[in-house]
Amino acid sequence: MKESSEVEKDTQSLSPKDFTSDQEVRWCPGCGDFSILKQVQTILPELGVPRENIVFISGIGCSSRFPYYLNTYGMHGIHGRAPAIASGLKAVNPDLDIWVITGDGDALSIGGNHLIHLLRRNFNLNILLFNNEIYGLTKGQYSPTSPQGSISKSTPFGSVDHPFNPLALALGAEATFVSRSMDRDPKHLRDILVQANDHKGSSLVEIYQNCNVFNDGAFERFTDKKTKKETTLFLEEGKPLVFGNEGDLKAIVLEGLRPKLVSINSMEDLPENVWVHDPSKKLLAGILTQFFEEINPKMKFPRPFGVLYKEDRTCYEELMRDQIQGAIKEKGKGDLDELLTGPNTWTIK
Amino acid sequence: MPSINEKISEVVICFAGDSGDGIQLTGGQFTETSSFHGNDFATFPNFPAEIRAPKGTLAGVSGFQLKFGSVEVFTPGDRYDVLVAMNAAALKSNLNNLKKGGIIIANIDGFDSKNLKLAEFIDGENPLENQSLDGFQVHKIDVTKITRTALKESGLGIKEIDRCKNMFVLGYLYWMYNRKLARTEEFIRLKFKGQDTLIEANLKALRSGYNFADTAEAFTSRYEVEPAPLPKGTYRNIIGNHGLAMGLIAAAEKSGLDLFYGSYPITPASDILHFLSRYKNFGVKTFQAEDEIAAITSAIGAAFGGALGVTASSGPGIALKTEAMGLAVMLELPLVICNVQRGGPSTGLPTKTEQSDLFQAVYGRNSEAPMPVLAAYSPTSAFGAAYEACRIAIEHMTPVMLLSDGYIANGSEPWRFPRASDLTPIKSRKMEKSPNGDPFYPYQRNEELVRNWAVPGTKGLEHRVGGLEKTPIEGNVSYDPENHEQMVRVRAEKIQKIVDSIEDQEIENGEESGDCLVVGWGSTYGAIEHAVNELIEEGYSISQVHIRYLNPFPKNLGEVLKKFKTVLVPELNSGQLCSMIRSEFLIDAKPITKIKGMPFHVIEIKEEVKKYLK
Repeated sequence: MKESSEVEKDTQSLSPKDFTSDQEVRWCPGCGDFSILKQVQTILPELGVPRENIVFISGIGCSSRFPYYLNTYGMHGIHGRAPAIASGLKAVNPDLDIWVITGDGDALSIGGNHLIHLLRRNFNLNILLFNNEIYGLTKGQYSPTSPQGSISKSTPFGSVDHPFNPLALALGAEATFVSRSMDRDPKHLRDILVQANDHKGSSLVEIYQNCNVFNDGAFERFTDKKTKKETTLFLEEGKPLVFGNEGDLKAIVLEGLRPKLVSINSMEDLPENVWVHDPSKKLLAGILTQFFEEINPKMKFPRPFGVLYKEDRTCYEELMRDQIQGAIKEKGKGDLDELLTGPNTWTIK
Repeated sequence: MPSINEKISEVVICFAGDSGDGIQLTGGQFTETSSFHGNDFATFPNFPAEIRAPKGTLAGVSGFQLKFGSVEVFTPGDRYDVLVAMNAAALKSNLNNLKKGGIIIANIDGFDSKNLKLAEFIDGENPLENQSLDGFQVHKIDVTKITRTALKESGLGIKEIDRCKNMFVLGYLYWMYNRKLARTEEFIRLKFKGQDTLIEANLKALRSGYNFADTAEAFTSRYEVEPAPLPKGTYRNIIGNHGLAMGLIAAAEKSGLDLFYGSYPITPASDILHFLSRYKNFGVKTFQAEDEIAAITSAIGAAFGGALGVTASSGPGIALKTEAMGLAVMLELPLVICNVQRGGPSTGLPTKTEQSDLFQAVYGRNSEAPMPVLAAYSPTSAFGAAYEACRIAIEHMTPVMLLSDGYIANGSEPWRFPRASDLTPIKSRKMEKSPNGDPFYPYQRNEELVRNWAVPGTKGLEHRVGGLEKTPIEGNVSYDPENHEQMVRVRAEKIQKIVDSIEDQEIENGEESGDCLVVGWGSTYGAIEHAVNELIEEGYSISQVHIRYLNPFPKNLGEVLKKFKTVLVPELNSGQLCSMIRSEFLIDAKPITKIKGMPFHVIEIKEEVKKYLK
């Protein structure tokens, strides 16, 4: 076991450069992945985790090349299976700081089953879901998050699939940390990444990521300075839900379980029943996951970013460890000869 | 009361009844008691896929076949000496396997008009009352009625009383074969611990059956099967799935690794998961995954993390794991994949045995993905086979496929178990730190082409692995054509080099050359052994070879095969090993096949072999 002061020294002296591998990054120029990689490399030295304890596990897709570019332990797995690989790794080595890197196709289509089961089991690790609403590596087919009607290589007449709502799915799968950020808001992304890592349990971060080749501008309304303020809502614990441009501020109030937009003049002019963000409330988080533009044709609801939901629940690897320690305490450490002999023997002389 | 004991050398009994009749338990108890008596034995449970198939129907018949003897026993037997039929369906579906003149013990209550109709006897005619069973010795007993009378004052309800019927029958058979009741009495006390009424009722039913046989004077003599001349030593009873599971635990202990077992329930492999999940005090981590793919990929994650990663399934589940096996080949991590084979394709015959996944094991992955393949050949061999599969995986940094099947999985034999200190330790290739501060290369290899195992958490060995093709030493992604061909050859050569660490192929039986060689693999061992022994005694020039390493083959196998004029390969498939031998050694090997979801009878092999011997 390492002395804690030694760990501190090791980790304090590290910089983002120490987390950069010697491999050339091969995403398309202008890809949103570059920003996400940079933010991850920026926060890693600040986490206080020795580099050898950090592992990135990915599936298949553009985003899944991520581990190759970090000078940590890493595995580029197979399509959709990163959550299961990470579960096995965390089960045998609970000290590791594991990051699952996945995309909308990898996590929600081919690997959908593994994602939901990882979330309910609540292994202590982080899942970064790069959502670009398109299949990039296979060159431009629609994905399970593409809006209905999306024109893509495989849907020249528009897709007829209804898309997934990833955060509602995560809540339904009993996730204990449900959050959203975006590639083009580096500061917010870094903040959410740190919060995700601080959370004990499976932390899901949906990251809106622009694919400038096959689905350019899918999230532009949330990132463009001209529209960002009226389309986004940045959640902070204990803060009222207010968004909009100066002079056109809107507060969100709850009438029963129905959210409503109320125009306000300033932050001092908050209605009494303004919705104050409390990420421990699952029911409210469920409502937040439904904030899409089309929720109410008369009111344009903003897209929430930040931590929608957070819950403390014992992690799988701890329960697993406790059971083993309990069995050893009760029966004593396993004795191989006793096992081989079994309860009934006879001897031939 | 007959005082004479008739000595016989071996007996085959089939217990048959509804799948809810407690048949497997009854058979298991008779086996246990016989093993304590010192008999050699082999068992074969044969049950339907349905948990409680419609009562009284042919589809719902559960059987437990047991052969025990004062001589060496190779198989559970071709035909029965005794058939215990708890109902009409049990009689109908097993009668054709009863020897001429054999004993039928029939529960009259199971032959009422409803049961006869369900068993599809024409016009509901009762075979116990017409002449159809004239060639057999029939003992008609109203087991239900007698058990109910005996337990009238037990305080149990009718349903619970009827559940004691199997103990009555067991007692009856114990009298027939002059067995002591003690083992089963002890078992009853343990099983129903704290439920005194049930203990008393079951003990009473057992003793009633014993006494009934004694006083009914149904037999002129009792049978005596003396202890078998087994090699000296301490024995226990073992079923294949448990032996396999113990092999995994032992390998983890002797390699100093934690065992991680990722699995998704499937017949007939689930028992391995049940068994391992009970041994958490060995540090065993069992993970019931969400599906077959998560079962293997979680084991791959565990292997990356420095544990002994194992997964098991049966054919359909193995098919789902295929892509992940390719990943393990590419990563070069230790991993053991067990396939407890069953009849297929698709869902096929879930509870029946077959050997038809050999091609799948050896060839069944996309691209060039060589993997060692080993096979257990009997319930007792499953332990050693699992241990050896783990040894190869750990020492050669490769996924390994271990084949078993339904017959091995559920069958049992006396096992002269090893001591922990007899097992050769397994040495992993884990690295503690980077050598002399030199840069670390994850795919640098030793002379056996095996790489080191650098486990996350180890300072200075940070590296990335993945499913993409890589450069030979650094392991960086490479799409270079020359590099790919080189890497394909390196991975193949690495597996081929394993032959240097495995035993040469031995002749099981017979001379080193001659007219005919019978080559087998897997669970057909007992039947082939018995058949070849008899043919040798009959004067034929015949030998037997049983292959444990199916990929790579032992290096002398070709020479061994070429010393015989005829090579015959009996298999429970349509000729897969035969095909591999023909293609590998250019030998005109001939298949002997059976694809009925059932093991070979000795006589079937003998008759087929004789066709070639003339």
